[in-house]
Amino acid sequence: MEGATESAESDDNRGRLSQRLRRERLSSYWFTGAGYFAIALFALIVLTLIYQSLPLLSEYSLVQVLTSSNWDPARNEFGFLPAIVGTIYVTILTMLIGTPIAILTAIYIAEYAEGRTKRLVSSFIDVLAAIPSVIFGLVALIVVVPFVGNYLAPVFGSSGTGTGIFTVSLVMGIIVTPFMISLSVESLEALPDELRESSLGVGATKWETIRLVLLRAAGPGIFSAILLGFGRVFGATIVPAMLIGGQTRLPDSLFSTGQTLPTLIVNDFGELMSVPITQSALIFVGLMLVVVVWIFNFSAMLVRRRLQRRWQY
Amino acid sequence: MDRYAKQRLFELLARGAAALVVAVMVLVIGVTLFRGGRVLLTDPAVAITPPGSRYQLEADGGFLHAVVGSLFIVGPATVVSMVLAVSTAIYLQSDYSSERFSDAVNMFLNVLWATPPIVYGVFVLTIIIAIGARTSMFFGIIAIAIFQYPIMTRYTDEALRSAPDAVKEASYGLGSTRLETALITVRAALPGVIAGIIMGFARGIGDAATVLFTAGRSNTMPGGPFDGSTTLPVLIFDNAMSFNDELRAQAYAASFLLIVAVLGLIVVSKVLSGRYARFAPGGRNS
Repeated sequence: MEGATESAESDDNRGRLSQRLRRERLSSYWFTGAGYFAIALFALIVLTLIYQSLPLLSEYSLVQVLTSSNWDPARNEFGFLPAIVGTIYVTILTMLIGTPIAILTAIYIAEYAEGRTKRLVSSFIDVLAAIPSVIFGLVALIVVVPFVGNYLAPVFGSSGTGTGIFTVSLVMGIIVTPFMISLSVESLEALPDELRESSLGVGATKWETIRLVLLRAAGPGIFSAILLGFGRVFGATIVPAMLIGGQTRLPDSLFSTGQTLPTLIVNDFGELMSVPITQSALIFVGLMLVVVVWIFNFSAMLVRRRLQRRWQY
Repeated sequence: MDRYAKQRLFELLARGAAALVVAVMVLVIGVTLFRGGRVLLTDPAVAITPPGSRYQLEADGGFLHAVVGSLFIVGPATVVSMVLAVSTAIYLQSDYSSERFSDAVNMFLNVLWATPPIVYGVFVLTIIIAIGARTSMFFGIIAIAIFQYPIMTRYTDEALRSAPDAVKEASYGLGSTRLETALITVRAALPGVIAGIIMGFARGIGDAATVLFTAGRSNTMPGGPFDGSTTLPVLIFDNAMSFNDELRAQAYAASFLLIVAVLGLIVVSKVLSGRYARFAPGGRNS
């Protein structure tokens, strides 16, 4: 009698065990699938973009498309040069504006601020990162655009309504900072305190410590933050679309209107979706964006590794 | 300039830069709350009135369609994306594969994370064209889900990584399977996981580039998942440069809602992660 209950119990246990193992097996397929999903999604995006760009590339050569400055889809002229030049202008100018602000703010948060001020400023930065960029664009339309149009551009001898490459860069310079700040703060704060102590101990001033020791030691992290910021600006869509003026011509000054690669898509996709070759041209823009951002990411990773080896402390 | 003057100068510069960033944020939030608040105070109905038939020309009615569109697109997208993101993060953190493969997956996730949102929009649109469908809420959901997926995965992955190893070891030590251990790890990291999901939702609700071409950009109330729809950011984008003053004013009212929603989500995420901290072993008791 007793033996019977025991075996029933062990049957029960075995049943529960096999159920657990079955669940384990099934879930392991699911999780492995989820792991592969990230790769599959990336592959699917890139392959789709390549496949859809083929019609354009089979009719025009790559060099021709990239170096021609005639953009007139209605006449089947696809020259990406104005948009490429516009993108490069905006990206470089944004980084020139944003990087010093970002690094200095990161230094302030990591090295100068203390206690409540520090918590307050860093949570401000977090909030800034979460504000949708379309809101920056909207506020810029009534604050930055008139300022640039009425005051700044005339000083440099250009006339215009205030929309243009410089305005976009100014606004993007702010949008991209929170992201670079938090990455830089992270790498500064990861440094051991002995580093600061020993530098101050040999008589360096605080600024010398920061510039000669800390920025070097945190260099790899800050550098990859800057490169990733580059990628951000490069693919920014909504703010440039609102503020750049949307004219596909080679910009003649920093205050002139222009076009970037993402805004090319925004401005032309709606109407020209039905024309296959134009559609292919715009998808090719998407492909260019992905490839360049991918290169940025990859080099950020490599540079980080190399600098880590060289700037050891 | 002697060393000490230099030191003072750069401290000033660092403080100045931080003050500038904070000032810009106060300006942006202030302008939005002030301008949008004024519109909403004089005419609160714009946020809950469906658009009239000549909305884009004469601004009759309000932008309820964009509010509804935002919720019905970003809500489901967040659920889909959450399931995938948590699963991928579990895969990355638990013992389902070799470390090398996890590294590879991580690299692709980083690339996806940095991919410009407009590319997701274009990608989904090419699919729509390829299968001969029309732009609709359904495809907006897909686009936003793809956009949120790498963001949420990264947050969740970080949260799981910060869960103490002892949790995992104890769980395996008691004879748990990988699934059971993974669930316990997720529970231990719950504050971070929830914060990640809310941040993903906040990013999704603020993004315009992904839904610009995929959700249909319509000026009517959506009737079902396969109807065209618009979202708040797209509405702001479309109305911002309108020649109609009323439409421009509605753009400010819409950004008021959007910014309040995003700020609210951040607060909620902070509160929730505080509350769920009691699940974390050795965490704060609250």
